Amino acid sequence: MSNATATRTPGKATENIAVIRSWAAPVTYMVLGLVALVGFAIGSPNADARFRISDGSQKISVPDLVLGTTFVGWSGAVIMLGIAAYAFVLVRAGRKLARWMLPVFATVFVISFLVWVIGSATTPNVYLSGLIAGSFTLATPLIFGSLSGVLCERAGVVNIAIEGQLLAGAFCAAIVGSMTGSLVAGVLAAVIGSVLVSMVLAVFAIKYLVNQVIVGVVLNVLVAGLTSFLFSTVMIANPEKFNAPPSFEVIRIPFLADIPIFGPIFFNQTILGYGMYVAVFLVWFGLFKTRWGLRVRAVGEHPKAADTVGIKVNSLRFWNVVLAGVVAGIGGAFFTLVTSSSFNKEMTAGQGFIALAALIFGRWNPIGAFFAALLFGFSLNLSFVLTILGTPVPSQFMQMLPYAVTIFAVAGLVGKSKAPAADGEPYVKE
Amino acid sequence: MKLELRGITKRFGNFTANDHIDVIVESGQVHSLLGENGAGKSTLMNVLFGLYEATEGQILIDDKPVKFNGPGDAMAAGIGMVHQHFMLVPVFTVAENVALGNEDTGPGGILNLEKTRARIREISDRYGFGVDPDALVEDLPVGVQQRVEIIKALVRNAKVLILDEPTAVLTPQETDELLNIMRQLRDSGTAVVFISHKLREVKAISDVITVIRRGKVVGKADPGASAAELAALMVGRSVSLTLDKDAPTLGAETFKVTDLSVLADTGQLLLDSLSFSISQGEILAVAGVQGNGQTELTEAIMGLLDHVSGSISLDGKELIGRSVKQIINSGVGFVPEDRSTDGVIGTFTVAENLVLNQYDKAPFAHGMNMKPAVMLKNALKKITEFDVRTQGPDAAAGTLSGGNQQKVVMARELSRPLKLFIASQPTRGVDVGSIEFLHRRIVAERDSGTPVLIVSTELDEVVELADRIAVLYKGKLVGIVPGDTPRDVLGLMMAGASNEEAETQSGTEGKEPA
Repeated sequence: MSNATATRTPGKATENIAVIRSWAAPVTYMVLGLVALVGFAIGSPNADARFRISDGSQKISVPDLVLGTTFVGWSGAVIMLGIAAYAFVLVRAGRKLARWMLPVFATVFVISFLVWVIGSATTPNVYLSGLIAGSFTLATPLIFGSLSGVLCERAGVVNIAIEGQLLAGAFCAAIVGSMTGSLVAGVLAAVIGSVLVSMVLAVFAIKYLVNQVIVGVVLNVLVAGLTSFLFSTVMIANPEKFNAPPSFEVIRIPFLADIPIFGPIFFNQTILGYGMYVAVFLVWFGLFKTRWGLRVRAVGEHPKAADTVGIKVNSLRFWNVVLAGVVAGIGGAFFTLVTSSSFNKEMTAGQGFIALAALIFGRWNPIGAFFAALLFGFSLNLSFVLTILGTPVPSQFMQMLPYAVTIFAVAGLVGKSKAPAADGEPYVKE
Repeated sequence: MKLELRGITKRFGNFTANDHIDVIVESGQVHSLLGENGAGKSTLMNVLFGLYEATEGQILIDDKPVKFNGPGDAMAAGIGMVHQHFMLVPVFTVAENVALGNEDTGPGGILNLEKTRARIREISDRYGFGVDPDALVEDLPVGVQQRVEIIKALVRNAKVLILDEPTAVLTPQETDELLNIMRQLRDSGTAVVFISHKLREVKAISDVITVIRRGKVVGKADPGASAAELAALMVGRSVSLTLDKDAPTLGAETFKVTDLSVLADTGQLLLDSLSFSISQGEILAVAGVQGNGQTELTEAIMGLLDHVSGSISLDGKELIGRSVKQIINSGVGFVPEDRSTDGVIGTFTVAENLVLNQYDKAPFAHGMNMKPAVMLKNALKKITEFDVRTQGPDAAAGTLSGGNQQKVVMARELSRPLKLFIASQPTRGVDVGSIEFLHRRIVAERDSGTPVLIVSTELDEVVELADRIAVLYKGKLVGIVPGDTPRDVLGLMMAGASNEEAETQSGTEGKEPA
């Protein structure tokens, strides 16, 4: 019970602070620092890595960034080992690690790795703006998926079915978009498809009190099976009629889209891409600044408390799960109406689960989930780009990158994240 | 405003929790509902608050019948309730908790907490609550959380305020403060319904007392009635409120704690170099306000905590560094403070719960097999011996009332020969009749030559049981004093004054109720 935690707070017991040393962080830093030393500094290909910022089509042209792998490798390794050593000193002295250490270390590591891997590639140059813009494109459905998770789990319903929602959305958008030739109809169909998945989740989780994780997993399998079946029976037979949806046009905002790096990200998107930023803001604002959000969070934390002040817990949960379906449906439509021009079997490829990881990594906060999804989108895109550039690292390893990052992130590398207290617990009135 | 419950009956299946109960509550009164745990007081109030629907009967406000479909309706009718387990969202601020369900909003449902904050400050100032609207609830002490609950009701203009066992989680000082608050509320015209089984508090505060036993009103009592009379009415037979125990016969000092320190994961010092020892045949009771290291002390002895330093020895054997199982097997009996989470497994049967500490040993097991027949026989014996009210040994422990769960835990822990017995809050939430019985069992365990360590935040209980009293304050041992030390001295020590300071102060200040 929540009461037990309240009565046991050691907060006022004593002001004395003694030392408990944890060596996990300095050891991790040291290991990664040594990897950088051996791999990126000693193993430097002794070449230049070229990062192109403009591709010539923009009005503002910025010169390329050229970095020597040996210089970056060695200076990066020295900085990282320095941070590791400082971490050892701090822990030994029983002091807390400085807050800047993790972000600085991570940034230096990523830069060193990028410079090394590009420098070692057969074509040692990369279009940086494209790399970043591509990350945003890949992250967009992840972000919609995470928002769907946030909406469900903040209200206390675990949403493992993000994958299924995205896939149902992608399928419905493709088939209805193809048949009607209308983008609006495609998006609407995606929303309806995903909402149907949500409703099944909501009914079983809230009304019939079935274990929410199990319902979610079953839904994923169900949607994958159903869409694959329809794909191979209906779509393959007549792809022109059933699997040739129209695509959203990119809306380029004049002048602003020419800003190097940021232009393509913020001002050169499809309507769904712009919609993603709006959705992140709306969900954040709704959850933390409105009456609806206060009630949703209360229901997710302590449903009985919400009930005793007259809030209808289960109906609020139900509509939140439905709303989550709407958001995930738009994310699903993004697959077939923006990124790809047709539907393919299980085309979401586990991204719903990465969205789930982004939600946890982002601590059940829409803004946090946004950045986490971006990180995953970046590693996903990097693995594509590097495979094309021809790196010394086997492409299979590069393809593992986003998942490896996910594991690190969810394993609590950046501190423990705390789920809403009543997440996954059905509310039953006595 | 006059609130009347007329012929309220509430049945759960075959079980009648409330049987034609009539109660009239009027403004400017403190009306106590006195009854043992499981007598049906909380059920009655949940009916009144719209959480349960009555099987029969009527609720009347100012002689007009009303019907509540949920707590929202009850609140709209001017009824507020402070639940035994607080209905507060721990990660919300005070203002958010108070606003919840009753929010002031701008256009588009945008929250506006300013008005709520102002209301909280106003009420807080009027009654001297000292509540900061922007504090996070989880950071607040239990007593303050309770005031937040009261504010929640007052903000909604409650004319009737129901307090369900409000003192169960409070320290003696906090209890006194709460009683004062209740007096103020009464004087300002609120009807206060006080649900309790604690005779002293009921006598101190009530204008009217209604006694409930086994779901029925058994009578009204006068606040001037003696505690013994009230107890007899409540339990249905005469009970002894004082414990008769002989002077202890001390044996060898077999349990020694030396320089025991415990750190929290954050590095906070929870226990600071504690040293004490307990002899065979002696009860050492630990007094202190909740959260001063008592929990950590018992858990450190049981091997449940990390970051423990110093020495804990039993019969010359060191306990620190051993597993919980080894410690149990070396003859330590342990009654944890929170029975529902740490004491019993709710989904297991009573019979299974009764052997949790010895299920893998003879006579309950033979090799890999458990012996259900032996367990059943054991359960039947313990159920009679400890008077556990259950539908049978096969009932899930979670279906028992709190007091009966506690009896199951005590029965289990006292059912084998012990070298040390530790009981944390041994009678929390247990009814008067059972407290007497459990206390006698603890003393019997002492008399059989076991060192006994009692931890209790109820000063009454400490004074009643202890041969010696150890007072903890902020993780430090303030002192160990004889069992007959006056309450006011103990009260001062619980606030951190040393033994000598406490004695001189209490001499000059005169008697203060502890």
